[in-house]
Amino acid sequence: MAEEVKLIGLSMSMFVIRVKIALNLKGVKYENLEETFGSKSEVLLKSNPIYKKIPVLIHNGKTICESMIIVQYVDDVWSGAGPSIVPSDPFDAAMARFWSYYIDDKWFPAYGEVMKGQTREAKIEAAKEAIAKLQPLEEVFQKQSKGKDFFGGDTIGYLDIALGCYLGWIKAAEKLTGLEFFDKSETPLLAAWAECFYSNDAVKCIMPDVDEFVEFAIKIQAKLNA
Amino acid sequence: MGEEVKLFGSYASPFSSRVELALKLKGVSFENIKEDLANKSALLVQYNPVHKKIPVLLHGGRPVIESLIILEYIDETWDGNHAILPKDPFERALACFWVKFIDDKVLRALWMSCRSEGEMQKNFMEQSKEYLELLENELKGNKFFGGDAIGIVDISANFIALWAIVLQEVAGISLINEEKYPILCNWIEEFLSSEVVKESLPEKEKLFAYFHAKKEVIFANKAPAY
Repeated sequence: MAEEVKLIGLSMSMFVIRVKIALNLKGVKYENLEETFGSKSEVLLKSNPIYKKIPVLIHNGKTICESMIIVQYVDDVWSGAGPSIVPSDPFDAAMARFWSYYIDDKWFPAYGEVMKGQTREAKIEAAKEAIAKLQPLEEVFQKQSKGKDFFGGDTIGYLDIALGCYLGWIKAAEKLTGLEFFDKSETPLLAAWAECFYSNDAVKCIMPDVDEFVEFAIKIQAKLNA
Repeated sequence: MGEEVKLFGSYASPFSSRVELALKLKGVSFENIKEDLANKSALLVQYNPVHKKIPVLLHGGRPVIESLIILEYIDETWDGNHAILPKDPFERALACFWVKFIDDKVLRALWMSCRSEGEMQKNFMEQSKEYLELLENELKGNKFFGGDAIGIVDISANFIALWAIVLQEVAGISLINEEKYPILCNWIEEFLSSEVVKESLPEKEKLFAYFHAKKEVIFANKAPAY
């Protein structure tokens, strides 16, 4: 059957980036339907009426919403292609899901304060909080990676995608605050991981430049303060 | 699997009740440890140092936390009988979407409808009605969200079948009623009539007495914390 895969999203969105990485890992060709920042298309509103949010994957007419649910879906459907994304061991899968929740529920709001900070000083204070909240992931990486490059081991996995999607935004925050989010002495494993992830083929072709993130951050801040 | 299974939960918690139900549906023997939440045991804190919350599932000495993650873990580990999640990738993604919707939106709206007053209560009640309507439609006239058998969406919606009913009584409001949501109310009846479900739920009268007595203390919290 001819596969029809469409992705409704915004190239700057970390949640959309997650899905693109998963699709790239599996070698799936898809049509990118880019939304306009600040408005929502009819297609989006129709395909995600409850949340009205991106990303939305449309696969042969069926819609799937919520970034990590889509990532799992991609892994399940194209299970024969590319690396396995969700760990096969149930305990490792549970750990990956737990820390993915942690990143979105606890870490991301702390990161958000950096972007909201109205002065450089406020941004720096918020960044310190966000950096502290990344700390537990150093030990998680040590346990999950088993000495390899990624949380997923030899290849990018579920937790790599959950955290790695934020790297562009993290680099933008680093530019705006002058702080390092992955200090080579405090969190050496995460620092090495970030470089590995950022330069991976499945990632670099879809990750916008840092300057684009910085510009976008300024645009969002202007909108928030308007 | 011959490894020891323990569940740290609490009597009044819908979250630990979910896990109890899942384990019983699978026919897994486990030690059911009820925590006194005012006085958390050292073991609980050891196994869930990040959140210090129940439920915690201990399997062969390894802790799994967050009720929805535990449900997926249980389904993947004891995959021989009574599938909790659909096998089809799309159906699975849909189920995960509804589970997330229930946890992120529905529970909070129902809880806040019962604990707030005035304009705030009015808004939460409007929100709740919108969400209940969505759930009513999602049942599509089926006995359960999972179709013929109890699945992950049904298990996650346990709050609606019992806690929301008790809380709305304590708060003196009527949100979930047969007139507006006949299919949902039928689901509640079917759900509560299952023997396995009955074994994993607290008694309605005891729950009512619990919330009624602690009305001021519990309703002072912004989120259900058991």
